[in-house]
Amino acid sequence: MRFQTVRPWLALLRSRGLPTSTARLYHGDKVAAVGTQPDTQSQEYVDNYERMKDLVDELKERSEKIKLGGGERARKLHMSRGKLLPRERIDRLLDPGSPFLEFSQFAAYELYGKEEVPSGGIITGIGRVSGVECVVVANDATVKGGTYYPITVKKHLRAQEIAQQNHLPCIYLVDSGGANLPRQAEVFPDREHFGRIFFNQARLSSDGIAQIAVVMGSCTAGGAYVPAMADESIIVRKQGTIFLGGPPLVKAATGEAVSAEDLGGADLHCRKSGVTDHYALDDSHALHLARKAVRNLNYTKKIQVTTEPPEPPIYPADELYGIVGANLKRNFDVREVIARIVDGSRFDEFKALYGDTVVTGFSRIFGYPVGIIGNNGVLFSESAKKATHFIELCSQRNIPLVFLQNITGFMVGREYEAGGIAKDGAKMVTAVACANVPKITVIIGGSYGAGNYGMCGRAYSPRFLYMWPNSRISVMGGEQAATVLATITKDQRQREGKEFTEEQEAAMKEPIIKRFEEEGSPYFASARLWDDGIIDPADTRLILGMSLSAALNAPTQKTHFGVFRM
Amino acid sequence: MAAVLRCQTILTLRILQQKLIWTKPSVRFSSVGQGRIEKVLIANRGEIACRVMRTAKKMGVRSVAVYSDADCHSMHVAMADEAYNIGPAASQQSYLSMEKVLEVAKRSGSHAVHPGYGFLSESTEFAEACKMEGIIFVGPPSAAIRDMGIKSTSKYIMSAAGVPIIEGYHGEDQSDEKLQAEAVRIGYPVMIKAVRGGGGKGMRIAHTAKDFQEQLESARREARKSFNDDVMLVEKFVEDPRHVEVQVFGDQHGNAVYLFERDCSVQRRHQKIIEEAPGPGISEDVRRKLGEAAVRAAKAVSYVGAGTVEFIMDAQQNFYFMEMNTRLQVEHPVSEMITGTDLVEWQLRVAAGERLPLLQDEIKLTGHSFEARIYAEDPNNDFLPGAGPLLHLSTPQADECTRIETGVREGDEVSAHYDPMIAKLVVWGEDRSAALKKLRYCLRQYNIVGLNTNIEFLLSLSGHPEFEAGNVTTSFIPQHYGQLFPKPSPPSRATLCQAALGLLFRESAGTQMFRDQSNDPFSPFASSNGRRVNILYSRNMALQLGDHKVDVTVTYNPDGTYSMEVEGEVFQVSGEVETEGQALFLHCSVNGVKTRPKLVILGNTVHLFSMEGSAEVSVPVPKFLAGVSTGAQGGAVAPMTGTIEKVLVKVGDAVQMGDALMVMNAMKMEHTIRAPKAGVIKKVFFKEGSQANRHAALVEFEEEEVIEVE
Repeated sequence: MRFQTVRPWLALLRSRGLPTSTARLYHGDKVAAVGTQPDTQSQEYVDNYERMKDLVDELKERSEKIKLGGGERARKLHMSRGKLLPRERIDRLLDPGSPFLEFSQFAAYELYGKEEVPSGGIITGIGRVSGVECVVVANDATVKGGTYYPITVKKHLRAQEIAQQNHLPCIYLVDSGGANLPRQAEVFPDREHFGRIFFNQARLSSDGIAQIAVVMGSCTAGGAYVPAMADESIIVRKQGTIFLGGPPLVKAATGEAVSAEDLGGADLHCRKSGVTDHYALDDSHALHLARKAVRNLNYTKKIQVTTEPPEPPIYPADELYGIVGANLKRNFDVREVIARIVDGSRFDEFKALYGDTVVTGFSRIFGYPVGIIGNNGVLFSESAKKATHFIELCSQRNIPLVFLQNITGFMVGREYEAGGIAKDGAKMVTAVACANVPKITVIIGGSYGAGNYGMCGRAYSPRFLYMWPNSRISVMGGEQAATVLATITKDQRQREGKEFTEEQEAAMKEPIIKRFEEEGSPYFASARLWDDGIIDPADTRLILGMSLSAALNAPTQKTHFGVFRM
Repeated sequence: MAAVLRCQTILTLRILQQKLIWTKPSVRFSSVGQGRIEKVLIANRGEIACRVMRTAKKMGVRSVAVYSDADCHSMHVAMADEAYNIGPAASQQSYLSMEKVLEVAKRSGSHAVHPGYGFLSESTEFAEACKMEGIIFVGPPSAAIRDMGIKSTSKYIMSAAGVPIIEGYHGEDQSDEKLQAEAVRIGYPVMIKAVRGGGGKGMRIAHTAKDFQEQLESARREARKSFNDDVMLVEKFVEDPRHVEVQVFGDQHGNAVYLFERDCSVQRRHQKIIEEAPGPGISEDVRRKLGEAAVRAAKAVSYVGAGTVEFIMDAQQNFYFMEMNTRLQVEHPVSEMITGTDLVEWQLRVAAGERLPLLQDEIKLTGHSFEARIYAEDPNNDFLPGAGPLLHLSTPQADECTRIETGVREGDEVSAHYDPMIAKLVVWGEDRSAALKKLRYCLRQYNIVGLNTNIEFLLSLSGHPEFEAGNVTTSFIPQHYGQLFPKPSPPSRATLCQAALGLLFRESAGTQMFRDQSNDPFSPFASSNGRRVNILYSRNMALQLGDHKVDVTVTYNPDGTYSMEVEGEVFQVSGEVETEGQALFLHCSVNGVKTRPKLVILGNTVHLFSMEGSAEVSVPVPKFLAGVSTGAQGGAVAPMTGTIEKVLVKVGDAVQMGDALMVMNAMKMEHTIRAPKAGVIKKVFFKEGSQANRHAALVEFEEEEVIEVE
């Protein structure tokens, strides 16, 4: 609808019109739609809907709170200095009204005990700046002065990894007190610690990925290297400062008394030192300059896949609530999920009749081609081989892969071990690990054991990984883990001739189940950056669309598979 | 003959030969002012040129336009069958140049010249020159022009013909003392008027003996400039009179008729702004008397063609002859509307020697008609004439009862060289109140962006109860000044929401355009949905309303609607933009109330036009983009483009606030530029005779703070 709404404007703006769409479909080529009309009146649907809706409401409520950053007082203080709040900075940096794909809002969620560090004190995401998709990294000075907690470092590095994998220019909106000193041991020394930020900046720049820094607050010590290592940097007068040692340190070291502004303010760095290149009057000006800097990148996005005019799915997205629900033990057909994500609910299924616990097929999301792999139960040897075959196809054809993960694992048992489930599972894991096409994973249900590997879990470096609020992630289910542990204990007791009562067993299992329940929660995962964010199932299509759009900035890489054990 | 023979031998040249024959002016009848008119040159520009061409087209008469350099893209040029350049922008060297116009008339083979109004329309010399060249001058005989053009003569003739006249001094002794003495004799207040003047130029009123001298000098100065003649007359100034004029028409066969009266009382700067026919409250008896007096006046000078006899009328409906305009008047359409005639057609037919199409008893008065003149001017600044581009122009739909007489289109420029009238809006209704209602309805739909206009003023004028009651006098505007300039009420919060919505749509149009040109046209990033992950996107839109800023917090809802918070009040806003004709309409819903204002966004400003009024909301330009000061920060600036007439200060002079700094001549008017504050002059940027652009800083003050620009 909105599409048509703005049409008249186009006449005014003398639009050149849409590029001719590449309609290659002949009458007989129409792709059948998947999905069915759910019985929205059924008790199961209603219950499911209600539970998922509750989870989504909780997600949004928590997110709205996190959006406020470091609380009312810190925000007021921040604004009283004439500074914009970090989210406002991002909004003004981006093309007006354009969407922003924010990552890991729940970083540090309940991670540091009583210390609340909303969003990990840093906001990262992808948005369009002057028409170019960029990774934006913005310190939130209202959260602990913008200092780097361990998770802050991890989130910063993850943003750079996203930039590197997807070939996206980086814009750093710097306003940070540097490393969080009490936690320096977890922040400073290791390979994936603070220093890696600058290592990445150098490497990204060497890959031709633009690095732009906007100094809107302090940049002390190590932090000083963010603007210094950037390709182009902007500083706000009477607000941004850059120095290796701040005034207190200088005083202590040499006895020289100097103000922060004189030591490393905009005038010094733009006029004398040359550390920064552009002088901004205020935040808005700085962001305007950053937008100009991006315009001058002379960057064009070269899409190496075919595109088609997108169409919304036939079925409303919120039906996912009623179909999926919150009970992981209840099965649903992943095709129903696909039907609510892909263009026109059209899905060209591959090997529909073979290895049917995994569903594979081709679709389009926002016009981009995708190969979708979804779980419809436990993985058998056939399912694993089918998925492997499909991954090979997509890699060959440069079609991005979307994994809809809802997996308890590979099938166990004598028959299956004898059938070589381990080597067939290994084929799938090899294929997933080696495929160089963009891979995007959405955990829509359970993510357990080797199923997580085969379905492109975090360790398999998908370009993006998102979780639904109903999902769970752990090596196995809490129930199973407790039972395994209880069985081992029982055997041990029996060997020792001791009794192991049912009460004792229950007492032993309960905390294990509870712990698995806690640690399997998407919030627990997201707090530790095991994903790129918890998302509303109804937003899955849009978020996948944005992720694909971002991923297609990177040039195609050839895939070379390793040895497939036959 | 030779030409014909030669062409007969060459078949391919037949067309050319025919053309030669066609374009040969009919010399036969020209000596008696009679002849065939197949091609007419319109020695004018703007709406009247277009008006004449429309009738010419209707009659199958080919039209020839002339244009100055400033008008090469004007509407009248585009409308004409042929058009000829006649020189530079200044009218002295183009539209007022008889030689050039006549040269084109001959070159183009025009049979007749229609002078329109203004320019050469009342030039005896031109009328005579046409006659000499054997070209029909569409207008009265030169003798009538001459007699009526000199006020003293015209009064004498009228007095002799039994037309009531008003006391005055029209003598040859032009010494200050004599004029002043005559003023005392007549009794103050008196009007000082250029004998050859017209249209309010070279005309001043002296209320007391004290200001007589100053007004006299000013009138002379203006008259010298406009007419190259500063002979003045002094006459009794009738307080609060009505200005009533009668349309008359004569033919070459001794017939003369009147087409009833027009009331043109409401004036500003002594220029008409709104006219109507018939005059409100005028009895049948007075109407007939007026008409007959006017016909007597016309017959006294053997008048031929369209003319207007102007009277001033006092509160008792006594009327006195003022002057006779020997041309088609600007406001002629109102007479056409109530009589169902086409006066331009009459002009052409009478000029060709035909009899008047209708005789007096065949002319019937039906209904009521108004004409509102839409000017580029600033009513809030003493109706200072303006100039500039018509960035947006949309008009009401023309129909049988609604005429839009204009010579400009969207994108055209109202030139500082000529009259700043943009259009005439003419409406007809069954009776006065119906016509007035229609006038206001149409004025609401007349929307212009780019320069100041008097449309809002015309609305408040035509909506004034005293105007509705027909109580009009020439002092109407000063008398009701307070009510005619209501304090502009700031746009409502709902209107701000509409403006914000308009701006959002512009953004999405920009995004849409970018997306259509990119090689990744379907990316969800290329949208203006403001989507965020798990949270709602809220943004602050600062809107500028005159002097103060209002923040509108816009929250993007996932369903494509917006929640907008203005000063603590939340509105649910949605809508879409639709085109209708060339205009954009914002179909929007604010808290469930649906409206469809016309939407115009130019640069940083949103204009919303609806039946409830218009609103202008702009987006403040960020400090960092504002750049160099425009000179508005304390210096004196030129109110419009014009020539510096006099420089009254020099570097180092100390001036007080309000002291005159320069005298400028722009739009054929004098403007005194005064010091906006006290200070010492540091620099004078212009010298006498030089041209200053609108808003150009004229002087710089010593203590002026230098704005820091990084």
